Amino acid sequence: MTIPNTIPITEDLVAAHGLKPEEYQRILDLIGREPTFTELGIFSAMWNEHCSYKSSKKWLRTLPTSGPQVIQGPGENAGVVDIGDGQCVVFKMESHNHPSYIEPYQGAATGVGGILRDVFTMGARPIAAMNALRFGAPDHPKTKHLVAGVVAGIGGYGNAFGVPTVGGELNFDARYNGNCLVNAFAAGLARTDAIFYSKAEGVGLPVVYLGAKTGRDGVGGATMASAEFDEGIDEKRPTVQVGDPFTEKCLLEACLELMDIGAVIAIQDMGAAGLTCSAVEMGAKGDLGIELNLDNVPAREERMSAYEMMLSESQERMLMVLRPEKHEEAEVIFRKWGLDFAVIGRTTDDLRFRVLHQGEEVANLPIKELGDEAPEYDRPWQAPSPLAPLDTASLPQTDVAAALLKLLGSPDLSSRRWVWEQYDTLIQGNSLQIPGGDAGVVRVEGHQTKALAFSSDVTPRYCQADPYEGGKQAVAECWRNLTAVGAEPLAATDNLNFGNPERPEIMGQLVRAIEGIGEACRALSFPIVSGNVSLYNETLGEAIPPTPTIAGVGLIPDRAKMARIAFTEEGQTILLAGGPQGWGSHLGQSAYLRDIFKRAEGTPPPVDLEHEKRVGDFVRSLIRNGKTSVVHDISDGGLAVALAEMAIASGIGARIDEPPANADAAFFGEDQGRYVLACSLGDGVLDELIAQAQKAGVSLIRIGVTGGNELKLGEAHAISVAELEEAHEGWFPRFMDGRTG
Amino acid sequence: MIAALRLVSGREPLIVWQTETALPSGLDLIIIPGGYSYGDYLRCGAIAARTPVMRAVAEMAKKGVLVMGVCNGFQILIEAGLLPGALLRNASLKFVCREVKLQVSNAGTAFTRAYSSGQIIRCPVAHQDGNYFADPESLARIEGEGQVVFRYAEGTNPNGSVNDIAGIVNETGNVLGMMPHPENLIETAHGGTDGRPLFEGILGKAA
Repeated sequence: MTIPNTIPITEDLVAAHGLKPEEYQRILDLIGREPTFTELGIFSAMWNEHCSYKSSKKWLRTLPTSGPQVIQGPGENAGVVDIGDGQCVVFKMESHNHPSYIEPYQGAATGVGGILRDVFTMGARPIAAMNALRFGAPDHPKTKHLVAGVVAGIGGYGNAFGVPTVGGELNFDARYNGNCLVNAFAAGLARTDAIFYSKAEGVGLPVVYLGAKTGRDGVGGATMASAEFDEGIDEKRPTVQVGDPFTEKCLLEACLELMDIGAVIAIQDMGAAGLTCSAVEMGAKGDLGIELNLDNVPAREERMSAYEMMLSESQERMLMVLRPEKHEEAEVIFRKWGLDFAVIGRTTDDLRFRVLHQGEEVANLPIKELGDEAPEYDRPWQAPSPLAPLDTASLPQTDVAAALLKLLGSPDLSSRRWVWEQYDTLIQGNSLQIPGGDAGVVRVEGHQTKALAFSSDVTPRYCQADPYEGGKQAVAECWRNLTAVGAEPLAATDNLNFGNPERPEIMGQLVRAIEGIGEACRALSFPIVSGNVSLYNETLGEAIPPTPTIAGVGLIPDRAKMARIAFTEEGQTILLAGGPQGWGSHLGQSAYLRDIFKRAEGTPPPVDLEHEKRVGDFVRSLIRNGKTSVVHDISDGGLAVALAEMAIASGIGARIDEPPANADAAFFGEDQGRYVLACSLGDGVLDELIAQAQKAGVSLIRIGVTGGNELKLGEAHAISVAELEEAHEGWFPRFMDGRTG
Repeated sequence: MIAALRLVSGREPLIVWQTETALPSGLDLIIIPGGYSYGDYLRCGAIAARTPVMRAVAEMAKKGVLVMGVCNGFQILIEAGLLPGALLRNASLKFVCREVKLQVSNAGTAFTRAYSSGQIIRCPVAHQDGNYFADPESLARIEGEGQVVFRYAEGTNPNGSVNDIAGIVNETGNVLGMMPHPENLIETAHGGTDGRPLFEGILGKAA
């Protein structure tokens, strides 16, 4: 019995596929007839926002994507950056926001699975993962459930797969109540002469399916991820896929072995829109047609229609074009790893995408046009109106010590230990710095001295207030965090999370954020080599704050010259690098203003990119020259929170001088481009360093000394390090498990 | 684990596929490393314990060859019946990766001879099912026979294990199972070397 492909195409059916009437008209014009049901599904998969970037493409093109270190920029499964010695790092960040909100464990788990696949599809062995998470207000009834499920899902997949999670971030904000964000990052190591691409080559070659069987899970997932949520989202649960990290681990090993024996011509993982996207991409990139016979697709369920098979997002699957002469060797590898494989089609020279099922041709479409002719929009946008600066003088003076304790124990600034202890941070035995510092650091296995640093950053409240400055700041903070451990920032990946781009004010946020990101990346020689855009993060018309996550990778040439945030001994001189007169001044949009005064006002701190680079380059040179191994960047919560984190990490206290001007602004201001350093150097050497800094146009001043078991900030009363730690570590476990400590 | 063996022994360990039915003679040590064998989809270690190679491992263990299982390897040894007790879901019900303190409760085994009895060492753990349990009778027996070789110390029990048990040996002392990962603390880059004497002791390199 055959499964029909002749369902009549009605207006409602077109709308249910997320296609606008004018987009459907474009399809009719392109193929000159009404599409079959399967073809409609294929178009909806290729032309949705998630896969086609139709609203963002115009602006993404403006980002800097090249540099001497860049081997592969955007457009492949992941970006590739040279790290010398014939090795490269392959990395990308991708969102799994919509599925994670619907089913947090599997949504987050398959987000991790997807990004790992993107990396090893290119021939790289994954060596590090990170994640950037945003949830609604802590007291929102869904928040705890989402946090617990997402964190368990990320751990469940990454830990079992065997990749260390070395960094990430997590924020709460009521504007994420209806849309949590789950951005997953992965990086892998490859040889520069063994990078694999998705472009198929050669006519009449077998197209091979490898991995898990195809089921009905995830059918229409990419289309779901390209729409806003309404009251009916619970009905969308079946569009979320289910992850199997063990199969993925086998798939990794099998793929790397296949690549090693030279069997792979082209490879593409089946991610969003599964078989459709991967097959079309392989063919279109290689100027070839593809013919698929779905009768040969390994299926997990009975009586699957062609439509379901083409749109399934079942996980842990790969599509490859193999060298025919290596076919038998390849088969031995598939069998060894217990993976399903099948020849499901062949490459052709007619530039058509043909799909056969039960002896019937269910789709016959022009392969190039499926991708190239996807709609592209220059959507109207409206720049956000500028906010008035905060009048800092209008703020009452606060008790600095009390404010610090409150900030350290606040939902946004408290320790994330509860989260990252659920991730395996040590697997593979190469982790040099795990979460809790400025950047995660993993040594390059097989190399005597090299290590890679990873950091993921964005400050959504800055982006909300000013998307342009917020975009700049996200890049600058990432660059700064990599610098703070002593790494040379190499390149970044961006994960742009926004609301509905059909609204001009949301489109304005996207445009301005991309402009800010581009400017910062150019100024810091920190190109964007891969990325992902997630739009329609809205529920019932409420959009998330603009959240352009930037995840960066840096190279540490000699891991013996690395910095951490913990003070290393008593009596070290504490220095502030890059500070203005008065150490700090900018309280607009600060965590202090929000958490102490419950006010979200003013402009975010501007980033002077030349200053940023000057200060960062100088701090990095101090680390490289062995002058300091204790560095912390100053971000949320300002100088006071940075100092407290350094004290907590070391168990050593510090005595800080009284700032020259307004103590609140000095200790809690969020001025950009600043670092705290601690040095064990004599006064003469220090004077020399300070003079050198001055010559380089960098402010470097002594602000205190380490020692004792209390942190004393100027004239504020001293707080014991134990009390700081209790405030910092207490909030998360109390919130999640109702216990302290 | 492979990297650790290479580093400490200076030799390349032999890696054996789970479908092998026999092991070569003259082995110094058999290690079942951590990981999520078969995804731990049934019970941790349950499927791996029934693979062909485990029959060969059991035979070797019977002949007195040293066998060590770490983390998932410990779970597999228990599921294979080579060690007593059970490993339950952590009391927190969550995966936990952190550094703990271990007390060497028995320094008289082939595995722990490079430590001194009662010595406290640092060691990381990373598992979701490491909550050691044994019925009172078995527990009394393994405690009485000195089969407990590592205990979580200084209040760092991360999983709710009975009697703070972190690692045990079999009655004949040639099979060790432990949840913590000594292989992740054997060089200065790891931030410490407290795990190294375990390998040096086994490989007869102890001073």
